[in-house]
Amino acid sequence: MDRLKALLFLTSVVILLCLPAFSQTSIDSAAAVKPAVESPAPPTDVVAKDTKNDDGSALDISWQLSPDDKRLVTKYVVLRSKSPNGPFVGIGSTTKGQDFYTDNGDTVGVSYYYKIAAVNEVKLTDSTSVTGISESQVVGPIKPIAQWFNMRRLNVFFWLLVTCAAILFYIMQAKSGKELYVRKIAGIDAVDDAIGRATEMGRKVFFVPGIQDMDDVATIAAITILGRVARICATNDTMLDVPVSRSLVMVTARESVREAYSKVGRPDAFKEDQVHYVTDDQFGYAAAIDGMVMRDKPAAMFYMGGFFAEALILAETGNNAGAIQIAGTNQPAQIPFFVAACDYTLIGEELFAASAYLEREPRLLGSLKGQDFAKGLFLLAIFILLILFMFGINWVTIMDVS
Amino acid sequence: MDGAVISTWLAALLTLGIMSFVYKDNLYYKICEAIFIGISAGYWFITYFWDSLYRIAWIGVVHEGRYVLLGGVVLGAMMLMRLFGKIGWIARWPLAFIVGATAGLKMMVYFTTNAMAQIHGTVDDTMVAFGGGDLYDLIGRLVILIGTVTGLIYFYFSKEHKGLFGGVAKVGTWFLMITFGASFGYTVMSRMSLLLGRIEFLLTDWLKLVK
Repeated sequence: MDRLKALLFLTSVVILLCLPAFSQTSIDSAAAVKPAVESPAPPTDVVAKDTKNDDGSALDISWQLSPDDKRLVTKYVVLRSKSPNGPFVGIGSTTKGQDFYTDNGDTVGVSYYYKIAAVNEVKLTDSTSVTGISESQVVGPIKPIAQWFNMRRLNVFFWLLVTCAAILFYIMQAKSGKELYVRKIAGIDAVDDAIGRATEMGRKVFFVPGIQDMDDVATIAAITILGRVARICATNDTMLDVPVSRSLVMVTARESVREAYSKVGRPDAFKEDQVHYVTDDQFGYAAAIDGMVMRDKPAAMFYMGGFFAEALILAETGNNAGAIQIAGTNQPAQIPFFVAACDYTLIGEELFAASAYLEREPRLLGSLKGQDFAKGLFLLAIFILLILFMFGINWVTIMDVS
Repeated sequence: MDGAVISTWLAALLTLGIMSFVYKDNLYYKICEAIFIGISAGYWFITYFWDSLYRIAWIGVVHEGRYVLLGGVVLGAMMLMRLFGKIGWIARWPLAFIVGATAGLKMMVYFTTNAMAQIHGTVDDTMVAFGGGDLYDLIGRLVILIGTVTGLIYFYFSKEHKGLFGGVAKVGTWFLMITFGASFGYTVMSRMSLLLGRIEFLLTDWLKLVK
């Protein structure tokens, strides 16, 4: 009896172990009976050409649509290989009806082969799909080539040439001694007063050059303004403190402040620690400056350069410390905070104009006047283009940079 | 007590320490500030070391043979010359290179995006609106056109803002201020979400008062 029980038990175990295999077989059988899908006729006349006016990283591929494009094709898949015999890898796809694809992932000088697959993909009710595929002939080899000039940007070249010519003309005018007028910029006029206040109160001046590196034009403009601020501080014997968040900005700012102290004949008064690194971290930098401001209670604070979310934190702390504050940034989202919390704010381009306004240096002045000339030209262009449009002439492409 | 609990407590205490600045500058804030600055400075040092010196300079030049990167390595080495008194002037050359290259590269970017694309977009949109847009669309495009023109006039520095010119510039100032006001409100709301995030952390992850 025990043997019979053991035999029954073993038989049950074997059947249980075999069940998944049976069920797998049945699933496989079900998969095997997926409906056959008709393959569309392949695309023809595949052409691969170098993309014009690029840096050699793209190729244009075009083809004649499959005769079954409307009836069977769901998409075209672009296949690429470095050998005519493959393996070919799908690099992108287009929807049916489209006969063009730009491959932007190429390497200059490398030969490529392409073929296009017309795909008929049918979704099944069990959320799987079946496909019918037919492939075109292989085309190639084709090498992407880099162009020196982007001829579509000739209009940019023209406008830039006109602007540069105007800048050079005005620089020559300024150098020849001609008086060039620049309108008053309120925030900049207040620089001298702010530093004067710090001198009278015997307190520090803080100059915060933002959190951007030297590859940002706002930081470059800020360093120019720093030179002027440092010169007045050196003349007045007022302590200037410049906390920075980038090592390159620290080096450049130190050179600028050192030069300013030398120019007014006080090189010994300059101390390298006046321009000091804090941290690259945005909010670490803000936290450090907040602490310094509350402890040192500066009489004047300058925020010039590229600022982001830390702008209001800094300006609000300076305001609490009772400092006169002058800010300037080219970041549109931060200007409102500076407007709200500072005494004066240089809005956008005023930051760049400020250096020319302060220094009256011929190259800066000429540059500013040249840019004004370009602005006048652009204003004129707007009106002329709109007037021409009223007469049915559309010349807006002269400004197209797409 | 496992690591997650310790890190939650540390984060909560540091958050409260930084927030205590709202009351006034105090010792607790000073400690948190010093920790924040020290850790962030160290973090960025390590990041730059591995990203620039190791991954780009060492791997790029020595292992991948991309010798063009040596230019950057040489410029970087020149920056360090400022540590040696007499030849410290060499450090000015890479600085001059960076500033010059930046100005040149950014000139193209700003000129195409801030000047030409702006003019093209303004004129093209106005033409489209006149060509068959609805009334609201037309009004919207005209507002953009007037804003662009008057804003451009505000940033014209070669003429005093007086008379008709001053009046137009004044309109430009209004456009700027309305834009800044909208931007102010939008950004304040996004900052509020940051504050709410920290409060949620304190109440949920730390104090477990909110499930």
